[in-house]
Amino acid sequence: MELLDNLALGFSTAFLVQNVLYCFVGVLLGTAVGVLPGIGPTATVAMLLPITFNFEPVTALIMLAGIYYGAQYGGSTTAILINLPGESSAAVTALDGHEMARQGRAGPALATAAIGSFFAGTVATLVLAVAAPPLARVALEFGPADYFSLVLLGLILSIALARGSTLKALGMIALGILFGTVGQDIYTGTPRFTFDQRELYGGIDFVSVAVGLFGVAEILRNLGNEDSRTAVISKVRNLWPTKEDRRRIVAPILRGTGLGAALGVLPGGGHVLASFTSYAVEKRVSKRPEEFGHGAIEGVAGPESANNAAAQTSFIPLLTLGLPAHPVMALMVGAFIVHGITPGPNVINEEPALFWGLIASMWIGNLLLLLLNLPLIGMWVQMLRIPYPVLFPMIILFAAIGTYSLNFNAFDVYAIVFFGLLGYILIKCGCEPAPMLLGFVLGPLLEEHLRRALIISRGDPTVFLTRPISAALLAVAVAALVIAVLPVIRKRREQVFAEEE
Amino acid sequence: MIGGAFVVGSLSYSLGTPLRMGPGYFPLLVGGIMTALGIGIVVKGLVAGEPITLGAVPWRAIAAIVLAVVFFGFFVRRLGFVPTSAVTALLTTLASSRVKPLWAVAVAAGLTVGATLIFVVGLQLRIPLFGPWLQF
Repeated sequence: MELLDNLALGFSTAFLVQNVLYCFVGVLLGTAVGVLPGIGPTATVAMLLPITFNFEPVTALIMLAGIYYGAQYGGSTTAILINLPGESSAAVTALDGHEMARQGRAGPALATAAIGSFFAGTVATLVLAVAAPPLARVALEFGPADYFSLVLLGLILSIALARGSTLKALGMIALGILFGTVGQDIYTGTPRFTFDQRELYGGIDFVSVAVGLFGVAEILRNLGNEDSRTAVISKVRNLWPTKEDRRRIVAPILRGTGLGAALGVLPGGGHVLASFTSYAVEKRVSKRPEEFGHGAIEGVAGPESANNAAAQTSFIPLLTLGLPAHPVMALMVGAFIVHGITPGPNVINEEPALFWGLIASMWIGNLLLLLLNLPLIGMWVQMLRIPYPVLFPMIILFAAIGTYSLNFNAFDVYAIVFFGLLGYILIKCGCEPAPMLLGFVLGPLLEEHLRRALIISRGDPTVFLTRPISAALLAVAVAALVIAVLPVIRKRREQVFAEEE
Repeated sequence: MIGGAFVVGSLSYSLGTPLRMGPGYFPLLVGGIMTALGIGIVVKGLVAGEPITLGAVPWRAIAAIVLAVVFFGFFVRRLGFVPTSAVTALLTTLASSRVKPLWAVAVAAGLTVGATLIFVVGLQLRIPLFGPWLQF
């Protein structure tokens, strides 16, 4: 049983005192930022990334991963209690969860979300453990042409991250790639777009980009409509679901887990997609579809399980292919790189303790989340009372310190101002910054593989079509692009996002 | 909307064209795609006749935050961690029109102490607490 041996190795790594401790810190922070509106996991991970430089690589990654799935969890709490999803994937939970809270059944709703998430997290972690090694072996067969096509596919699928026009999302990706080309050229060493600034030779630091786009821009947006924040907080009683509730949530949790685990693998906001799909499925299979939107417990159980399962399985493309599926994953790539590990198929062989430790820690993290959330729900509710005027200077200050401590370079700090303003302008114009960050991270990879493939093929561009893996991936990419542009699907996507608003 | 498209379009022009082949090949390619997309967005915006609706722009917030972060970048080496953090936090609080002065000072002080404890004491960041400008 190779799998059991591997898991044993993983747990022995993950149960080290400092790893459990930082896993705890990670999920705690993650839940906190998930609960607090106006600061998401992307900004948090970006800010904390510099801090983790001093840690062991595995500890750093465990903590960052904890922030990510902790935030998925925390987001549902606010969605249920005050109809304010802290994270985009929790938006569906708000539909029925908040309705339940208004009927005085906030307790069972929260418990359902917690139990569903825990179950889904456990299963999805197992899926990750089983599916990752064979995928990594497949990935080793990939040549540069295949990688190029894969990255391109990932980028195109990330359109799903952006609400609104496909054209704009594509534009954002291209803009991200262009920012990614700043710095010395990989083959000739020629400086590009550096405007004779020495600091730009090494490229723009992606932490600055992420902090600017997701931290600073978000704050500017929130300050733009300051008076719209109101919080009505209901009392939470009777945590345990009734027997009837328990019976009703079993099937949705199972379905949600399956859906989430499958969709999470897709690059580009799989967890948002997963929770919406799960909600739609539950509504369709339910014997009482009219209850949905009026406090149906299935409408909490399904999507919550789905988004948590997807949060776990979205690590699959990262760990096996080195391809981030989500802006947070893009930051994790950065975390791997600063610790001198190239994310991709080799991680599993070269750093088995890290790989399996990370997976095992996810299960521990889910357990911690369950313990953390059910008894401490009152504490999270209290956190909502922190006034924004305290919160945003804290975010800005930590962002500035975090970015500065990266290289002790003032230039990185100026860069967050630039990207903050840019992100704000883009948000105002209806362009989402998430595809841009993915473009920024994946752009250099795309270029490198494109050029390497062309060098190997002696400049013959048909290499992308003659290699089977590459051709198949390109076909999927084209199909995805066509689907995204087709009006029917676009309308449905608009509906989905309209519900989210 | 149209404004955004122009930002996008102009960026691609200035970045995409003045490059030699070789290192410039890839950016030129992407720049071209970018330009096409930018034009596409503009045309779509014009055809649909959508007006530019940017809404209220929080100039005060933008100015305060830009100033605060630039201040941090410029002075952290010169003044050291503690005074720079305090001023940065104070400047940031000015971004919100709802913050009273006393409250702002309290928040800034609290954050400075907190940040110092976390980053310098807790994580042993190598930034001097007080920089060369303050050592007489």
